[in-house]
Amino acid sequence: MARLIRTEKEVEGRYEEVWLVVEEDALEQWPAGPREVVGRPATRVTGHLRARGEARYTADLKLPGMLHAAVLRSPHAHARVKSISFETALAAPGVRAAIGPGEAHMLTDEPGYQGQAVAAIAAESYGQARAALELVEVDWEIREPLTDPDEAVRRGQFVSEPSRHERGDVDKAIAEADVVVEAEFRTQTVLHSSFETHQSICEWRGDRLDIYISTQFIWGVRDEVASKLGLPPDKVRVVCEFMGGGFGSKNGANDHTFVAAELARRTGRPVRCALTRREENLASGNRNSTIQRLTAAARSDGTLVALAGEYVNATGWDGWAAPTDGPMRMLYDCENVRTVLSPVKINTPPMKAFRAPGFVEGTFGLECILDELAAKLKMDPLELRKLNYAHSDGDKPYSSKNLMECYKRAEPHWQRRDEVRARSTGPWKHGVGLASQIWYGGGGPPSYAWVRLGSDGRATVVTAMQDIGTGTATTMTQIAAEELGLELDRVDVVLGDSARGPYASLSAGSSTTPSMGPAVRSAAADAARQIIEIAAQRYDKEERILSLKGGNVVSSDGSSWPIEEVVGLLEDAQILGKGARGPNPTGMQVLTFGVQVAEVAVDVETGEIRVERVAAIHDVGRVVNPLGASSQVEGGIIQGIGHTLSEDRLLDPATGITLNQTLDAYKLPTIADVPEIVTELLDIPDEHLTNLGSKGLGEPPIVPVAAAIANAIRDATGADVRSLPISREEMLRALREAETKKKAERGAPAAV
Amino acid sequence: MALELHVNGDAYELELPVGRTLAETLRDDIGLTGTKIACAEGHCGACTVLLDGAPVYSCITLVHTVGDRAVTTIEGLRDHPLVDAFVRTDALQCGFCTPGQIVAASALVEANPHPTSDEIRHGMAGNLCRCGTYPKIEEAISTWQG
Repeated sequence: MARLIRTEKEVEGRYEEVWLVVEEDALEQWPAGPREVVGRPATRVTGHLRARGEARYTADLKLPGMLHAAVLRSPHAHARVKSISFETALAAPGVRAAIGPGEAHMLTDEPGYQGQAVAAIAAESYGQARAALELVEVDWEIREPLTDPDEAVRRGQFVSEPSRHERGDVDKAIAEADVVVEAEFRTQTVLHSSFETHQSICEWRGDRLDIYISTQFIWGVRDEVASKLGLPPDKVRVVCEFMGGGFGSKNGANDHTFVAAELARRTGRPVRCALTRREENLASGNRNSTIQRLTAAARSDGTLVALAGEYVNATGWDGWAAPTDGPMRMLYDCENVRTVLSPVKINTPPMKAFRAPGFVEGTFGLECILDELAAKLKMDPLELRKLNYAHSDGDKPYSSKNLMECYKRAEPHWQRRDEVRARSTGPWKHGVGLASQIWYGGGGPPSYAWVRLGSDGRATVVTAMQDIGTGTATTMTQIAAEELGLELDRVDVVLGDSARGPYASLSAGSSTTPSMGPAVRSAAADAARQIIEIAAQRYDKEERILSLKGGNVVSSDGSSWPIEEVVGLLEDAQILGKGARGPNPTGMQVLTFGVQVAEVAVDVETGEIRVERVAAIHDVGRVVNPLGASSQVEGGIIQGIGHTLSEDRLLDPATGITLNQTLDAYKLPTIADVPEIVTELLDIPDEHLTNLGSKGLGEPPIVPVAAAIANAIRDATGADVRSLPISREEMLRALREAETKKKAERGAPAAV
Repeated sequence: MALELHVNGDAYELELPVGRTLAETLRDDIGLTGTKIACAEGHCGACTVLLDGAPVYSCITLVHTVGDRAVTTIEGLRDHPLVDAFVRTDALQCGFCTPGQIVAASALVEANPHPTSDEIRHGMAGNLCRCGTYPKIEEAISTWQG
């Protein structure tokens, strides 16, 4: 039965109170452990299509009569368009339309960052559109850019009001503590670098708008475009069958969609608007840089008595306050905690969610200062974490938390320390470090799925969700196959089109599996019930003794019939199962947990760092596909290694101009940078969470990577690295600082 | 400017402006969209194709310089055992770089059917993957013959 509830909805750590119509989730969870299909490795259902180059991405679509748009983006970080003229541009070969500030949503005459969209041109070819952009005459008033986050704090320039959280009495606790550590950490700006750049094709059909877009949220794009263009939402159809990476940057419609929609309206033809790689590096979002001024205080026995953090998020010209303070508030049992988070508005490209936004940055600071504290306390870092283990989130119990079990499973990796350190020879020093992980990932309602079964005995899951490359189509296939007692290859999934299925969750916040999985299972169960009803009548059996298994309707009295024989009776009739995601457990905090142990080698003469091994142990509830899950973990760790060691969006502070707009200058990890990765997932269903007990896995693996590596570097060299990326300069700086400190402690004159 | 292009065993008579890249030609003029463009300036490897068996970045190869060399794209390698190996080992996530990875890997195993880990890492370092499928790409290539 549908029920109206008032509930908290969480996406990427942002909560809002909403009214939700939810349907009760009546199914019991499956017992823990591998089932027939669920819990066993499955290769990707779209694997061959993608590998053979047959999958059609937005980038591959070409509509009849399609025009191409090019966007004029501000070359200045802060400016005003005094005047703009398209006269010459419109006369150029192939040009069909031009729009300027105010003529499409998100085109502005007062750009606040380099790359902000100002105008756009549609032409027969992309080359012609690009060439015509050069002919647009703009008279700029160039303004002084503000790029220094601390200066923005001083000027009170924020994208939203600073938020402050306090429990207990932090100052008193610090004053009374036996050991206090203070340190400043910095994290850099990181680019998502999705391989398929942001792009859309828009086509008007009468008063309906079709949008083909590379997106993580079909329904979000539908609603956002409908709202801005004043259309009823169902007049907007959004399609994304295959998409080439998003990592959080593709949750919205973005400027390219509004540009394509307006140019398509003006020309009466479909218009593609695709970002180039250089535009992508400027204007598609980023993980914002942060400054973290932290204090940790403990008693001599290791009990944490106070944690304090002043966080500055360099959010950019727009964006939201990613919860950099989250780990400090949530990871440990500490009575006195105070955090202040200031999201500053400066003349840099706006942030967008990027794989565990805030928590990746905040975990670096928190888990590093915890190790600095452990060193001062002369305590084992793992013991310090166990000692301060949180058993509840304030007043709220966890729906499940098995972090202690993760720590236990980490022991064998942690105990490799002596062996690893003993490998040190000459300038190469080896060490081991660890860091804990906390993050959201519980998903939530609403999300819906249908399951269709015809007389051929094949099932099709229909839902307008998207598979952004994480393998969720495969996961849904497994769940439906399990519930219907069918082999995997007898189940298809139709997704990626708002006109061809019901509302589905966004694919961000590690939410696709925990949101969609239970809906798919409940739709499959509804279809299974109908198959059993038909079989009971056909074979004159009681429904309660029938079940679906191995492609058969099985009776507990020993008889069985192939499912295709039962549904073969349908001819052209179809069984239609309908399912919805039930509510999250009331009054409970649904979170994911884990720990990673990293092994590194550092050349103390050159500052070169090699990550040699990462063991990742995570608690994300039931694992539906162990093969796909290990790929998610590896991918998260590899992105984390890029974040830790090589990736850095460089900005000229005087002009606000991005210096590395290409993939040769912005350093992504290559296959040669990959360490040995050991993945262990606890695979313990969360008994309070849905009919599946699964949480999300997309984000957790990237969260602790930087801190685990930095802590391993400290173990290897004694140096406290505090700034990402840990470039050779930062490594050598930290080594010099450690040397100076050591000399001072020995009473020798400090090196200059 | 007229040219004849040999792609996956088929000959194409084309009339194309000077300056057109091989990647644009394959995707837009011939309709072989398996070759992906991710950076369009020779930095990532997504557009890798073979010219007489040697891997090149088709986004920075001008089509008029190809001459009579045989072009092989992912469409010409769809039945290569590497395709099954990539799927079996889960060596793809979003899949946008995957055709280029497989084309590059096909040249590697053609020259060296049993590459070591170091040889795979050296041979494949010109093909980036943002999803981070590298461990499984290495596994796929080291077990490509099944």
